[in-house]
Order: sequence, then C-alpha cells, then structure tokens
Amino acid sequence: MERYRASVMLCGGTGCIAGGSLKVKNALDEELKNKGLQNEINVVLTGCNGFCAQGPVMTVYPEDIFYEKVTVKDIPIIVEEHFIKGRPVERLMYKEPVKKQTIPLMRDIPFFSLQVLRALRNKGLIDPEKIEEYIARDGYQAAAKALTEMTPEQIIDEVKKSGLRGRGGAGFPTGLKWEFCSKVKGDQKYILCNGDEGDPGAFMDRSIMEADPHVVLEGMIIGAKAIGANKGYIYVRAEYPLAVHRLQLAIKQAKEYGLLGNDILGTGFNLDIEIYQGAGAFVCGEETALMRSIEGKRGMPIPRPPFPAQKGLWAKPTVLNNVETYANIPQIILNGGEWYRSLGTEKSTGTKVFALSGAINNIGLIEVPMGIPLRKIIYDIGGGIPKGRKFKAVQLGGPSGGCIPEHLLDTPVTYEDIVKTGAIVGSGGMVVMNDLNCMVSVAKFFLEFTAEESCGKCPPCRIGTTVMLDMLTNITEGRGRDGDIELLEDMSRDIIATSLCGLGQTAPNPVLTTIKYFRDEYESHIQEKWCKTGVCKELCTFYIDEEKCKACGACKRVCPQNAISGEKKVPHRINQQLCIQCRSCYEACKFDSVKIGPRSYREILAPDMPAQEILREMHTAVLAGKEE
Amino acid sequence: MPRLTVDDLKKIKEDYKASLTLREGGYRAKVTIHMGTCGIAAGARKVMEALLDEMTKNNVKDVIVTTSGCAGLCSKEPMATVEVINEAPVKYVYLNEDKIKRIFKEHVIGGKPVEDLALVVGSETAY
Repeated sequence: MERYRASVMLCGGTGCIAGGSLKVKNALDEELKNKGLQNEINVVLTGCNGFCAQGPVMTVYPEDIFYEKVTVKDIPIIVEEHFIKGRPVERLMYKEPVKKQTIPLMRDIPFFSLQVLRALRNKGLIDPEKIEEYIARDGYQAAAKALTEMTPEQIIDEVKKSGLRGRGGAGFPTGLKWEFCSKVKGDQKYILCNGDEGDPGAFMDRSIMEADPHVVLEGMIIGAKAIGANKGYIYVRAEYPLAVHRLQLAIKQAKEYGLLGNDILGTGFNLDIEIYQGAGAFVCGEETALMRSIEGKRGMPIPRPPFPAQKGLWAKPTVLNNVETYANIPQIILNGGEWYRSLGTEKSTGTKVFALSGAINNIGLIEVPMGIPLRKIIYDIGGGIPKGRKFKAVQLGGPSGGCIPEHLLDTPVTYEDIVKTGAIVGSGGMVVMNDLNCMVSVAKFFLEFTAEESCGKCPPCRIGTTVMLDMLTNITEGRGRDGDIELLEDMSRDIIATSLCGLGQTAPNPVLTTIKYFRDEYESHIQEKWCKTGVCKELCTFYIDEEKCKACGACKRVCPQNAISGEKKVPHRINQQLCIQCRSCYEACKFDSVKIGPRSYREILAPDMPAQEILREMHTAVLAGKEE
Repeated sequence: MPRLTVDDLKKIKEDYKASLTLREGGYRAKVTIHMGTCGIAAGARKVMEALLDEMTKNNVKDVIVTTSGCAGLCSKEPMATVEVINEAPVKYVYLNEDKIKRIFKEHVIGGKPVEDLALVVGSETAY
C-alpha cells in the first residue's frame, strides 16, 4: 500500500458533482502528477460531505483544512501553496456568514462541530467505491458479530434496547417491527430497504446511499439474520443514478468478498440483495405500494392489516426499513443499545439526519442528537436567515408535515414534541421560510404536489386533494369566499380520517398547520383581497411611500417593466399599468419604502396617464394590424 | 477475490487503518518539514521522501508528516520540527536523508530527542 502524507477528501456527492467536482478532481490529479506529488498526496472522491451549498468542497487531512467553492482555476494555487509550501490558501476557506470570519479547520466550523455523526459517520471520510475503506472503519464487523455470536432474539433485543425508531417518518420502533416478523412462520421472508425519497427538500437517504452504500447493506444483513430472511431488495428511485451506481458497486464488491450470497463469512447464512429502481412516484414510498411496485404491479397501496410483517412482498413476511434506519443498525450491534440511547430523549433516542434548505445560510445535510431545539438547528448550525431577513416558519416533514412558526422555535426535535405542533419529524426535510413567503401559497405548493402524486385509488385522496387545491387556488387568485377556511378544515379532517394510505392521511397537514398558525393570512387573502407578502400577484399592489423614499434608484434598476419613474432626489413612483407584481422592487429596496397594499389600492393610486395612452395605442395598433 | 472469514475482515481493517487514522485526526506524533523556498532549495523534499520511505518500511501508522512554510532560519535549512503529543516540539537543522532517518529512529520511534542535531526545544506548540 502507498504511504501518503496527506489526503484530500473531495466531495463527490450529487450536489458537488453538479458544481463541477469531477473536473476539479481531474485537474488536481494532473497537477499533482506534474509536480511529482502523486505518491505523496492521496485524492479521494467521497460521498456527500453535507455542506452542499458551498460545493464543491474538499477537506485536506491531516491538517483538517476545509476549502469551499473550489474550481479548476484554484487547483494550481492549492497545490503550489498548500501541498508544496505548506501554506493553506485562505481565500478558499469557509467564511462565517454573519461576522465574515475565516475558519480554516473543518472541526471549528459550527456547521460541523455541533453535529454528532452516527448514521453519517463515514461521510466525507471514505471512498464509497472501495469496500476496504469501509472495512477499515469497522465496516462489516457488526455483521460478523451478529452472524457468529448472536441469536436473532439477541439482535432484536439490542435494537429494542436502543429505542431506535423508523427514520422514514412514522417513527415506528424498529426492534418491535423485526420482532413481529421474526415470530411469523415461513420459509421465505424478505428484507427491504426504502430508498424512495420523494419529499420536496429532502436528500438524507440519497446522501447516505452515495456516501456510504455498504452501511445500508450491512444493516440489511443484520436485519435479515434477525427476521430470518434470505432475499432483500433496495428500492431506489431512478432519479438517483449516483446512489444506484454506488449501491450496485457495493453489492458487487460484497458478493466478491463473500459478505453477500451463500454462506456469508463461512457461517452458513445466505442473503441476496438486489436493487429495484422505481420510477419516482411519491406514493411508492408507502410500504404497501412499494411492495406492489417491486412485484411489477402499479404502485398502489392496499389496506392494512394484514401488515407486511405477516403478508408483505408476494404475500410473504416482509420487513421494510428506511435507509437511515439501516445506517444506524451496525453501530447499535457493535456498541450496544444502551450506548445508542445515551443520546437523545427517553422516547426519541439517538440522532436524526436533516436536510436543511430554503431561506437559510448553511444549506446542507446535518446529523444532530434528538431533542435539540429547532432554534439551535436553524441559527447555530444553519447560520440563520440570509440577507438579514426575518424567520417566518420552518416546514418539517415534507408534504406530510407542517409549518412551525417562530414562537414554537424552542420546540425540541423529538417525534412527540413535533407532532404536538401539527408537523411531523418525517424523513427529515427541513425547509426554512422567511418573511417573503406567503403561507397560503406554501400550503398550495404542497397540496399541488400531493394532488399530483396521489395514486388515485381511493376517492378521499384523489378527489379531496383536488377540491382542496381548487379552493386554495381560488383564494390565492382573489376568488376566496367567507367560509372557505372552515370548509378547508372540515375537508382536511375527512380526508385524514378516510384515506387509504399515509399519502392521503397526511396530505392536508400543510393546510391545517398554516391555517392554525397563519390564519390571518388566509383571512386577508379572502376578505381584503390582500396578500401581504406580495407573492399572490392578483392580490397585491406595489407602491412607494414617498416620505420614506431616498430616491436611490435601486428599485428602478431592477424593475423589468420600466414601470418605475423618478429622478435623483425625487421620490420614485410605480406605474400601476405597467407593474406586473414581480416583487423585485420590494426585495431591492433597502429603506422599506416599497409597500404592499391590497388589490383595491390600484384604483385609488392615480394611474399614470402616459403609460395608459401607450398601452391603448399599442392595442389599437395590434387591432389595426389584424384588420389588414 | 477470496471469500472472507471474520479474521480476514480484521486483517483488512488493520491494513487500511493507516491511511484512515490520519483522516480522523488521531496520531501520536507529527513531523513538519519546513518547505519555504529556502528549504526546498536546500533539499527539504529529499529529506521528506526519505522520511516517508522510512515510515513505509517500518509500517508506522500513527505519525503524520506535514509541510509548512519557511521557519525563518533560512541559513540552517533543511529543517524539521518533531512534535510528539504532550511533549515539547523539537526543531532540527541542517538535515539530510541520513539525519532524518536517525531522528525518525531515535526520536519519533524511540522517544528520545537527538540532541546533537537539535536547534531548540519548545519553540512551537503541538496541536
């Protein structure tokens, strides 16, 4: 083996690859070769590092220097300065968003230092395409222990002791699920992994599959031994090509080493794992629909009971767990259930992976102990809201979840506490919203998603979500009527109570939570025809408060319609005939002088005559052209 | 590819651990080769290569080798600083391949600073 003095861990997650990290790697390899350093510096393409918005990112060990937004042009400088002369390049280091401080070492960056890595313990540290690197980090040791030293009952006991709950969303105790299935008699059982991650704003499972595919296989091997399965499927949506590629490679390597297949590690235990590529339908993340999909049928749910533990895939006893759940299993077996529950709360143990996105400085992937307050995630790890804007809500749990407002930001992240707010922990998508977001439109966005993704099998979901979506569309376009809010609430309750599967049962949650916490926004949309954030174009009028206007011209420069007039030192005005409510001027104004009024203001504000005349003339000209 | 047994698994783990230890930040000692223009001109690169060679031969896994800029004493290059965790760093001067091998054997492995090659003790702190 080569002896390297330094390792460059370059992120090869989907985000960084999209940002050009493969080109960076080629340039780096070439430059190192040119300088004769190829045997001294080891370049490793890792899975997702987590700090996606700063990509492509790289960490240089042993110093632990973290570089962000690295381009091909930066490579000669990094090699010359850092690798030859030992002078890390400050320009490429992380800058703290608020104080603009440069933080050279990865372990000192709050985004990283406040995390506790368990499911993501190998992220950015190993080459996901080399099984040896996984093994060097205790990989497959837990599987060896489970296969050689433990009975199925002992494995299940350890998992139960850990308190691990399904990380896919519902939070069902994993050990209990395994126990049910292990007690069902049957010579053919299946172990399945759910990698069909479909929530908007979620990419936790993709990152694990890309950064550490072997941990998924190892978790499944242990689960298979516990329930007595000898065949497994990993269900991954085809939109995740890199995850599919790395899992395929991992399965191939594990088979070659005898860690999958017949007589694993000489213990007589057999397990085959295959990847099943789904077409990317949201409903196929639901367990019964996922199983139908693997059977080659249309992905539609079926009523439970019977539960999959008794009658699952091809009517055989089946256990389905989420990617992140499996990623926790090997360490529970190696370190014990007690160790696992040393973090988190009594009922929500261990850690949870979250994908931070939206209006937040540090967009990316994080893993934190359960019970951490939302505020700490958003402000300390996430670095707060960009451009000094105000926090408004955080959407948790995707289309099945809900919006949590500012006064509940101290809620600890546990399954129980989050449910009390009306949202759910879900699979861990966290979308942060600032004061520019209209909560009615947010509800509409999620309902659009669920209405489109509904499989259509049961009427409450198929028709209910469509009717609700129509109502929300009406409200956002100025056709809302009194009583709409109450009707939305009633329908939500009915859809939740009568839908067949989790998709319909949770689809109204975004509507319910936005009504609960932002009812005044619904009311002003319906009664005053006023969207105070200026998102709903039909429900707002932009105008300039002439007393506040400093005539700086910022609004005038960004207006795509040339609708703003005004010279230096003269307060500006918006021509209502030309304004298309794009909100650019509102976002550009630094003096809070662009105001958003209700729709009726348009008639009150004196229309600028010249523009009106121009429009009339244009109209006449067009008509004249047609006549000719 | 041979089918693995549990013992094979442990062996692979040991073999690959070296490259990973460095990434996890766990190490017992650190050798910094000073590579300013002066250092490189005086042959610091050869000194480092000799050290890396020696480490490979001896299968040492918990020592990191790193480079830094000019240490400020250009006339005494090539220089190196050896930092054993929890002990004062030692700076060596006028190095060549044989001297660094001796330092490696006596100080890094043996734990006893090579006094006749050392310039000063305790001028930098280990992190």
